[in-house]
Amino acid sequence: MQMENVKIVITGPFNAGKTEFISSVSEIDVVSTERRITDDSRVVKGRTTVAMDFGRIAVDDELMLYLYGTPGQKRFDFMWDILSEGMLGFVVLVDSARPETFREAKTLVNRFRRYSPTPYVIAANKQDMEDAWPPEDMRIALRLSSDTKVMSCVATDRESVRKVLLELLYSILESAD
Amino acid sequence: MALKGNLKDFNVTQLFNLINLARKSGSLTIEGLGKTAEICFKEGKLVYASLNGHDGGLIGMLEKAGKISGEESRVVRARSRSSADKELGLLLINAGYVTQDDIVQSVRSHTLDVVYLLFTWSDGSFRFEPNKHPLEGAITVPINLENIIMEGSRRVKEYEMLQNELPDLDMALKFTERPDAKLRDINLTVEEWRVISFINPRNSIRQIAKANSMGDFRIRRIVYGLLSAGLVELVMPDGPQKVRTAPEAVSAPPPVKRSLILRLIDKVKRM
Repeated sequence: MQMENVKIVITGPFNAGKTEFISSVSEIDVVSTERRITDDSRVVKGRTTVAMDFGRIAVDDELMLYLYGTPGQKRFDFMWDILSEGMLGFVVLVDSARPETFREAKTLVNRFRRYSPTPYVIAANKQDMEDAWPPEDMRIALRLSSDTKVMSCVATDRESVRKVLLELLYSILESAD
Repeated sequence: MALKGNLKDFNVTQLFNLINLARKSGSLTIEGLGKTAEICFKEGKLVYASLNGHDGGLIGMLEKAGKISGEESRVVRARSRSSADKELGLLLINAGYVTQDDIVQSVRSHTLDVVYLLFTWSDGSFRFEPNKHPLEGAITVPINLENIIMEGSRRVKEYEMLQNELPDLDMALKFTERPDAKLRDINLTVEEWRVISFINPRNSIRQIAKANSMGDFRIRRIVYGLLSAGLVELVMPDGPQKVRTAPEAVSAPPPVKRSLILRLIDKVKRM
C-alpha cells in the first residue's frame, strides 16, 4: 500500500511560536534539527545550519501530513524553495504581543505570496498574553486585505492550533479541483 | 486590552491608520523626547490632543491663535471660578471676546499642531487605551483622520523607511472596499490625483510612476500616503505574468484532490 505524504509549512518571525504550534498537534516529538542560541541559524565550520521544526500527523494508513516549521527571514529563502515544493498551504505565525515583529511578518507574507500562490492563513499567536493585539487590529497593522484569514491563536493550546489548521484546510479545499 | 509598543516599530501614521480603519474610541498616549502627548479619538475621528498635560488650555489656544490678547486672558482667568475649558468658552462667548467659531478653529488648530509635531517623532513608547475620554470639561472638535494621515505621510522624508514600507514596485493597487472611504472628501495634491487616476489592478506601481514621470522616491511617498489613509490596498497585478528570475520562481501549487483534503479535514476535526 503506497503511503501518500502531504505537507503544510509553518513560518513566521523568530520566536513567533512555530515550535509550540507544531508540538501541539504532532504525533511525534517535534524534531528540531539545530539547537537555537540567539537566532534560527548557526554557522558551523563554514556551513550554515538551519533550525527547523518537523512534526507529523498520521491521517490514515495511506496518508501522512507533515508539518514543517521554517524560519521566515530572507536569508533562508533557499529553505522555502525546498519546502514549498508540493506544499498544500502555509501558516504565518505572528507574535501578537510583539509589535516590533509586525514589519518583518508583513514583509514575509508579501514575499511568500509572490513565491507560492498557495492558500495561507495568518495566525495571531499568543492571544493569551495581556499585551496581545487583537487579530483585527493586526490585520490593519499588517495591511492585509479583508479576504485574508487572520485567526486568533494560542500555539500551546491544541484546540486553538486545530482550528487554525482546519481553517487553512478549508481554504485549500476551496481552491482544489 | 491596550495596544502598546514603540514608534520605532509602529509609527504615528500607522497608528492613526489603525485607529481610523478600526473606528476606535479611546486615548493614545505617546511618550518621547521628554514629552508626553495625549490624543483622544471617538469612532475613528480625532477629537482632542494635548502636549505635556493641560498646555495652557482653551485660553492658551485662543491667545496663540490671536483671538484674545494677553490682558483679556488674564481677566478671564481671574473672573472664572472653573478652569474647565467648556465653562471658560461660554464665559468668553457671553463676554463677547470670541465667537463659537473662533473657539472651534483655535482648538482645531492647536490639535493639528500637536499631531503634526508627533509625526516627527521616530522613537517613543505608545499606549492606546480603549474608551478613555478626554478630561471632563475639555472641548473636543471631531477631525477626520484621512487628511491628517495624508499630510503626515507627505512629511515623511526618510527614504529607507519608505523602501521598507513599500519594497516592491511591481505590485499593483486597487481602491479599498471600505464603505466609508470617500475620495471626494480627501484633499490631494495634483500629483496624488494623477496617481489616483491610474489606479487599476492591471497597472503596477512602477508603471504608474513611469506614466507620470515620477522617480522611485516620489511614487513610494505618494502610494505610502494613500495606503496609510486606507484609500487603496496592494494587490498582485492582473494580466500576463512577468518573467521571473530563478530566485523568484513561483512554485505552482500541486493539483490537489478534494477527496484528499476532505480526509485531512476529517482527521483534524477528530483530533
